[in-house]
Amino acid sequence: MTNIQQAAIEALPRRTAPAVDVRDLSKEFRRRDRKLGRFAHRKRVALDGVSFTMQRGETVAILGQNGSGKSTLVRLLSTLLLPDGGSAEIFGHDVVRDARAVRRLVNRVSVEASFFKKMSSSENLGYASRYYGMTSRQTRDLIPQILGRVGFPPDRRDEPMESLSRGMQQKVALARALLTSPVVLLLDEPTTGLDPRSKLEVQEFIREIRSSHDSTILLCTHDLAEAETLAERVGILDRGQLLAVEPADALRRRFGATTLEEAFFAATGRAFEADDEEDDEDREVFA
Amino acid sequence: MKAVLGNMRAELVGAGGVVERNAYLTKRYIWWDVAWFVWTVANTLTIVFIAKGIEATGGSLDVNETMTTLLIGAVVWAYLGILFEFLMETVAWERWEGTIEYTFMAPLSRAMHLAGQGVFAIAYGLVRAIFLFCVCAFVFFSLSIPDAKYFPAFVVLVVASISFIGIGMMMSVLPLISPEKGTQLGFVAQGTLLVVSGVYYPVSVLPEWMQWIAKVSPATYALDGIRKAILEGQGLSALWSDLWPLLLIGFVSIPLGLWVFQRGEQYAKRHGKLKRSG
Ligand SMILES: Nc1ncnc2c1ncn2[C@@H]1O[C@H](COP(=O)(O)OP(=O)(O)OP(=O)(O)O)[C@@H](O)[C@H]1O
Ligand SMILES: [Mg+2]
Repeated sequence: MTNIQQAAIEALPRRTAPAVDVRDLSKEFRRRDRKLGRFAHRKRVALDGVSFTMQRGETVAILGQNGSGKSTLVRLLSTLLLPDGGSAEIFGHDVVRDARAVRRLVNRVSVEASFFKKMSSSENLGYASRYYGMTSRQTRDLIPQILGRVGFPPDRRDEPMESLSRGMQQKVALARALLTSPVVLLLDEPTTGLDPRSKLEVQEFIREIRSSHDSTILLCTHDLAEAETLAERVGILDRGQLLAVEPADALRRRFGATTLEEAFFAATGRAFEADDEEDDEDREVFA
Repeated sequence: MKAVLGNMRAELVGAGGVVERNAYLTKRYIWWDVAWFVWTVANTLTIVFIAKGIEATGGSLDVNETMTTLLIGAVVWAYLGILFEFLMETVAWERWEGTIEYTFMAPLSRAMHLAGQGVFAIAYGLVRAIFLFCVCAFVFFSLSIPDAKYFPAFVVLVVASISFIGIGMMMSVLPLISPEKGTQLGFVAQGTLLVVSGVYYPVSVLPEWMQWIAKVSPATYALDGIRKAILEGQGLSALWSDLWPLLLIGFVSIPLGLWVFQRGEQYAKRHGKLKRSG
């Protein structure tokens, strides 16, 4: 465990608090609906009374179709959205009332790498780590070291992000998240859209973080195999409702299924690959 | 106590990170900046030439003085444009690159985030403004302004910048609320602020209601102070009548700007407007 992590954990008021404690969390969005009229709005429930806890050091995967609310959950935990109901705590810190403390403890990797495209990976990581109070002296060695660990070629560190492949960019995104030594790591489909090899590399790296860091990992994914191999417990999120969070074996047993896919089908009544029709139309350009 | 100091240090490092980010971006887009500078020079020239035009068509005026007056107006116009653009980009550019969520989920306080943005904008804007003034005044027109006191003029501009940044913070919330059109409203603010503040003419020519607005506009005092320093050669003590209103407006507008920005941020977080993908 790094010093920063240690300091962060020592700052916690309740050392016995679970790493993640989500209670009855709800979120809905309002979207303008032209079909219903000029100023009409339509409500869309993104999360509906979700509750679960995660122990320190645990990895939990959340499975769900497009629009099931995975990213909304991650955003609520990273203080990027305000909940409409319920509460969420990271090591005893409430994500709304104590957002500053939560921000120091979490970091996140999402589907899109999201960087300043004309800047290089070391520049992107450099300025981002300052936001966490890390000086350039502290990161001078750390950035190359972490980039090395995620398997980023050293000679490409000064190339602008836009000239890197998706897989490379995603590695830099992982490096950005690890740089701040998060105690809770939120991974929102970190391997979606990667080619099989990059995907394996990223998964391998997540496995390594699990064993070498003291991180608690919440992994949202579309990939059943990924969920099963990386996580201790698997949750099924369906239209904003968390149907179960259990070890994969227990899930299969509960639904009398031989594969996770069958268990998913039994739990939700829908095939895993089928998209939620209703949601597709207002996803527009968003992927 | 130690925790507070450590926290303050982290905040300063964070603000430094904002400056660092802007420095990288400026470096990468430097040729765009050069192109834009050419545009600003051209724009400024069209305004300053008006004085020559009036003389050529038989009007009687002190050409040198009028040109300097116009030039100061145009330089302040350009300066304000740069400040506002930078602050509007706090949100707009990051949203476009997708980094906004990472910035907003970092432990850096919004006050220091915006302070970093403001400090860089002022530094960069001043360099550009001084350059613009020199190119137009000495390279193009060889204006004769023997009485000019540049340092007091510079001080007035720096002090005015505090208020400008406060107003810019309020503006920069607009792209949070309307991702598509918010940025354009920055130009509206810039134009409105300057038109009531006597950018190319004395405030006294304005209709009365505009003169009232001019009284609370920091640009009024900035333009007045800079003109007194450059045209009349007045020193800092004589400029106090412009400096204290600027300090007062700055004192109010910075906390107000921060408050407005934070309200906008809350709104965006409640309604999922920060960014939505994935
Ligand atoms: N910012 C937002 N504004 C409006 N609606 C939103 C917003 N974010 C999510 N939604 C809606 O909330 C629901 C849940 O979306 P969310 O992005 O959490 O799903 P997801 O499980 O991450 O899907 P995907 O697998 O496609 O990433 C969807 O119906 C979506 O349209
Ligand atoms: Mg998602």
